[in-house]
Amino acid sequence: MEKEGLGFEITELRLGLPGGGEIKNEKKRVFSEISEEEENGKGNGKSQVVGWPPVCSYRRKNSFGDKDGSKTSKFYVKVSMDGAPFLRKIDLALHKGYSDLATALEKLFGEVLKDADSCEFVPIYEDKDGDWMLAGDVPWEMFIESCKRLRIMKRSDVKGFGVLQPREAVKGTLKE
Amino acid sequence: MMNYFPDEVLEHVFDFITCHKDRNSVSLVCKSWHRIERYSRRRVFIGNCYSISPERLIARFPGVKSLTLKGKPHFADFNLVPYDWGGFVYPWIKVLAETGIGLEELRLKRMVVSDESLELISKTFVNFQSLVLVSCDGFSADGLAAIAANCRFLRELDLQENEVDDHRGHWLSCFPESCTSLVSLNFACLKGEVNLGALERLVSRSPNLKSLRLNRSVPLDTLQKLLMRAPQLVDLGIGSYVHDPSSEASNKLKHAIQRCKSIMSLSGFLEVAPRCMSAIYPICGNLTTLNLSYAPGIHGNKLTKLIQHCRKLQRLWILDCIGDKGLGVVASTCKELQELRVFPSDPFGAGNDAVTEEGLVLVSAGCPKLNSLLYFCQQMTNAALITVAKNCPNFIRFRLCILDPVRPDPVTNQPLDEGFGAIVQSCKRLKRLSLSGLLTDQVFLYIGMYAEQLEMLSIAFAADSDKGMLYVLNGCKKLRKLEIRDCPFGNAALLEDVGKYETMRSLWMSSCEVTLGGCKTVAEMMPSLNVEIINESDQTEFNLDDGQKVDKMYLYRTLVGHRKDAPESVWIL
Repeated sequence: MEKEGLGFEITELRLGLPGGGEIKNEKKRVFSEISEEEENGKGNGKSQVVGWPPVCSYRRKNSFGDKDGSKTSKFYVKVSMDGAPFLRKIDLALHKGYSDLATALEKLFGEVLKDADSCEFVPIYEDKDGDWMLAGDVPWEMFIESCKRLRIMKRSDVKGFGVLQPREAVKGTLKE
Repeated sequence: MMNYFPDEVLEHVFDFITCHKDRNSVSLVCKSWHRIERYSRRRVFIGNCYSISPERLIARFPGVKSLTLKGKPHFADFNLVPYDWGGFVYPWIKVLAETGIGLEELRLKRMVVSDESLELISKTFVNFQSLVLVSCDGFSADGLAAIAANCRFLRELDLQENEVDDHRGHWLSCFPESCTSLVSLNFACLKGEVNLGALERLVSRSPNLKSLRLNRSVPLDTLQKLLMRAPQLVDLGIGSYVHDPSSEASNKLKHAIQRCKSIMSLSGFLEVAPRCMSAIYPICGNLTTLNLSYAPGIHGNKLTKLIQHCRKLQRLWILDCIGDKGLGVVASTCKELQELRVFPSDPFGAGNDAVTEEGLVLVSAGCPKLNSLLYFCQQMTNAALITVAKNCPNFIRFRLCILDPVRPDPVTNQPLDEGFGAIVQSCKRLKRLSLSGLLTDQVFLYIGMYAEQLEMLSIAFAADSDKGMLYVLNGCKKLRKLEIRDCPFGNAALLEDVGKYETMRSLWMSSCEVTLGGCKTVAEMMPSLNVEIINESDQTEFNLDDGQKVDKMYLYRTLVGHRKDAPESVWIL
């Protein structure tokens, strides 16, 4: 990133050979000096050096939860509601969980989905295999990765669910 | 006297010698032993795939059945090596296939494995039984599908920490109904959703299955069904572990887990609801290995309560959110502990829960059998290291990583020379050492003097002068791998004893003071070494001035000269 005219060149992120006169005749490239010359990309006051701490890249990507900011991808899916004239689109990545999603859908369509007892709608989704699934069974992270589209179905259209007891399922998950 | 025995007798005796180092020694005794040993060798370990060629491997060991190959240098794990540097397995597979070798086992680490390679393996080696890939890349679910579909006697498919950029799970459905030989299946590192029905059927028809490590996509109810079908499991890796402890699903799981009386190793919990950990308690008493390093969701009380049930633990991998107090619980519970690895849960952050020297001291006091350590911490003191050295003189591996790599002893503000000096002096069997913190040349004097068994040394942001590197090269007679970054070591150190590098597997130096001229000198003096310069900068013209400092140098001994597959960013001198 260039911040012209502000003299920030010295903090420019570099991976190349230390040419250009920034480091001259240094016996030892102390960590703190390297940190100073690299731009702080995370805004948390701590600088980063390539390859430090020595944690293998697989582990970096997989054990630090959401903190490393790798979840920048968007999960836009179409949402249809039975009876509504238009479909909507929603970014699943913006929501933290099923409860949050229910609130967002409520805002979009104006229907109360959280209070499952009086709710006449059931949220279902189409997954990667093309199957229609009841929303709420799988952990949230898995859901947003496999959900291709959402449908808010009228409860009266739900046939043969029988044992699954959709009311309990919806109540249990959307209220979490 | 042994010369009067017929070859078959010697061969039978050699059958009992399985360690490759011992077999190497055996082959050096005399010509006839060399001959007999080479024809009877079944397992070959090659620590650097560029040190020898597949043709020469087969010429010497025509009966090879099991091959272990390692490719990229260790620092490739930390993004210090270009992705296209090398380490391709395909040329090996091609030659093995063409010469009719009956390959049965292949273990690869840090190599590039193409789908083409996997397909060739699956279609060529009829008796192929075991594929272990660690930190590899280059393949997709298609390659795995070929292995599953074609290897009729597959016993082991073990994928550890590989970067597979493919989200399909179809490969698991490719195991034919006739495949009943699986002993070990580990796909924890894959992201794709496998067909759960196919997985259940596969496990059902695999009576010898001892090790099963699932990925995140496998939900709880499937886990429960799998455990019901495979109560003989010894090693289990749980994918998703999210359930309501009061639910029917949870009860079924508890029942299934209790049937698994043989589980000694537990890992995973890639997705976890920590209030459900109590279902695991019944099997904790038997666990010798526990890996929770991918489960940031388990921390605090839940974590310590779990560990309190694991009295037989020998190997524990956890995140630093366990805290010093949690390590105190480990110390008082796990008296049999031999290996401890504490990974950072947040490498860039303030690390509020991270561990310090206190936790390590507690563990060293409570676990006298400790011999292997990897410890990422906020800080360390000389006093703590000296105490640890006294408590645990049996360390074979000691790897300490202070998150701020030039941090001195926070109590005395001194470098950590004395602390590490105590470690190397006390631990006479030390083979691997990684240093961090503020360190001067003095620590290297100690290492050169005392670390007689040291084989691998990793150094970063340390030392004051060339003397540091010289102490190590002159003192550590058994040194095989030396990797250095950001230290003030220059040509004087590099060139002092170039013959030494022929006794080692490899030397890595990055962001040091060595120049192009120095590296060229090594290459000229030692034709048995490949000296590689890695230059990843944007500069289109690589500066050919001998006085130019070299960003990254990797040199290694080889019997087959320059490799032909280096990318543009790598220059072999």
